Amino acid sequence: MTDPNVADRIKRDVTDNDVVLFMKGTPVFPQCGFSAAVVQVLTHLGVKFKGIDVLADPSLRQGIKEFSSWPTIPQLYVKGEFVGGCDIIREMYESGELGELLSTRGVATTQAA
Amino acid sequence: MAMDAGTIERLIRDTLPDARVSIEDLRGDGDHYAAHVVSSAFKGKTRVQQHQMVYQALQGRMGNELHALALQTSVPDDA
Repeated sequence: MTDPNVADRIKRDVTDNDVVLFMKGTPVFPQCGFSAAVVQVLTHLGVKFKGIDVLADPSLRQGIKEFSSWPTIPQLYVKGEFVGGCDIIREMYESGELGELLSTRGVATTQAA
Repeated sequence: MAMDAGTIERLIRDTLPDARVSIEDLRGDGDHYAAHVVSSAFKGKTRVQQHQMVYQALQGRMGNELHALALQTSVPDDA
């Protein structure tokens, strides 16, 4: 069971920030190839995002998996909605869907969708 | 810890009987796989939901015994 405080914290993080990436390591020093891949996609699109390092907090690392019913990290949230993990983000980036989703939700990117 | 491709395929088929599953052992180490799963059960579901169905079929192994499974899901053309 997730600690209710952890669930609350996650909900606040994904509500207060347009784009949130739960990842291993930080955007500057990712500690996992899958997290690094998503950081790279977001950087490439020029999206401002908040990176949250789950390695810094074991209860968060477990809690985020239960929050989204998703067993792996990284996890990307846009405007409070879980969009996907590494495979989905990569697929959506390559097809242009990610750029579209961001602009539909009113998130600024430096690259045209 | 490793898991063989046959077990992954069997677990997926137990839950999604019509699934076409192709699995590639990316490094030959039994620990890094890429799977493509095609099933009519995915129809009308979002990608996140489709992947969640596969993860459910793997009964908690994903993220534990199974470290890396790059997943791609799709609906058959005739569904």
